[in-house]
Amino acid sequence: MAKTIICRCADITQEDIQNLLDSGVTEIEEIKRFTRLGMGPCQGRTCMQLIQRIVAEHNNMHIKDVKLHTARPPVTGVKLKYIARGDE
Amino acid sequence: MKANVVIVGGGVSGCAIAYNLAKKGMKDIVVFDKSYLTSGATGRCGAGVRQQWGTEMNCRIAKASIEFFETANEELQYDGDIEFKQEGYLLLASTEKENEQFKKNVKLQNSLGINSRKITLDEAKDIVPYLNTKNLVGAAYCPTDGHLNPFLLTDAYYKAAKRLGVKFYMGTEVKDIVVKDNKIKKVITDEMEIETNVVVNAAGGYSKDVGQMVGLDIPVFSENHEILVTEPVEKTQGPMVMSFSLNIYCQQTPHGSFIMGRGDKEKTPGYNIESTWKFLDRMADTVVSILPPIGELRVVRQWGGLYNITPDKQPIYGRCNIDGFYMAVGFSGHGFMFAPMTGLLIAEQIMGEENTIDISKLSLDRFSKGELFLEPSVV
Repeated sequence: MAKTIICRCADITQEDIQNLLDSGVTEIEEIKRFTRLGMGPCQGRTCMQLIQRIVAEHNNMHIKDVKLHTARPPVTGVKLKYIARGDE
Repeated sequence: MKANVVIVGGGVSGCAIAYNLAKKGMKDIVVFDKSYLTSGATGRCGAGVRQQWGTEMNCRIAKASIEFFETANEELQYDGDIEFKQEGYLLLASTEKENEQFKKNVKLQNSLGINSRKITLDEAKDIVPYLNTKNLVGAAYCPTDGHLNPFLLTDAYYKAAKRLGVKFYMGTEVKDIVVKDNKIKKVITDEMEIETNVVVNAAGGYSKDVGQMVGLDIPVFSENHEILVTEPVEKTQGPMVMSFSLNIYCQQTPHGSFIMGRGDKEKTPGYNIESTWKFLDRMADTVVSILPPIGELRVVRQWGGLYNITPDKQPIYGRCNIDGFYMAVGFSGHGFMFAPMTGLLIAEQIMGEENTIDISKLSLDRFSKGELFLEPSVV
């Protein structure tokens, strides 16, 4: 099987996720913590629907019942120097 | 259902206690957590591990824990890597008083075998070349402090404990504990009742609630401490840079991202762990003034987690006046880095063994006796 990249920020493949689910992990929050999936610059905006589908299929659930990860601020990456007021 | 030991909390402390007990031959150990593994303070912490403390107890527990991390992958037979990196903690003093405290601390640390040293600001710049020393007075450095992945260390303990027969019930909340004639009798969760004579309170931010279930008023409170992380970049910074007076810690993880946090004296105690604009604002100010090039990095995420704080900023360990109730609580922001010793010391007490490190000074009754040694080195 060709490598299917699910999380482009952390290079996580479909197989990596499948292996975690097979080992007993059930929640997206856990997959995120073990693999850094959804923790990169895109913050899950690219991969979260894909991972939701994989979890749904694995657990025989409807995709709408798969709990998403907590969305955290900021909405997009911001350079710290633009937030800082400068040397005080 | 019956168990010999019930542990409340599936964070790193609970998992480490479960592993150490099982390794010592204890059977029928059960761990409950109301959510998933590392969902509480463990998975929200700053991932730093240090030995540069100002009290003897904190120093000794921290040193022994660091020694464990060095061989943890092998000891726990982990199928992954806990990502332990030892590139030191660089502590910065911004006042003469703080600099004097560092001198005292280093003397204490050296007397206990910790290889920290007092250094000049020029030496600090050799370690972190882009450090802005403008508002600084002095520094201290310990090369064997460092970083460790909290999720993976907990996973390592969890898997090792599971192999030894420990049962984990995640998503199961402990609702009450039945005490009769001052003895632990039963634990009631939202899913089951379990007879037991031993309960360990390793509930982190919620330890006070678990104490109240047995009628104990533990002198701790919980407070939201916030953190942020940047995009990953090439390796630029070895040590954790930390200042108590300037209120910052900032470290690059082996993955490449920078993790940084600070406290907020205006926060009210409670269980709220929301992210605030105020934190992001102040954090950016602080880090850009001390480590200017970090300003070029994009912050990608911020979050909060609970410190469980005692009056002297040292943990509460061990037995109390209720027979069979043990505590591993009140770490005041340092439960992750103390976990190996927490696991060992609490397991030793439950097994009736002599403690490797005498922790009688950290028992609950120190507060009624008034024998407090305040930890000065906390962000």
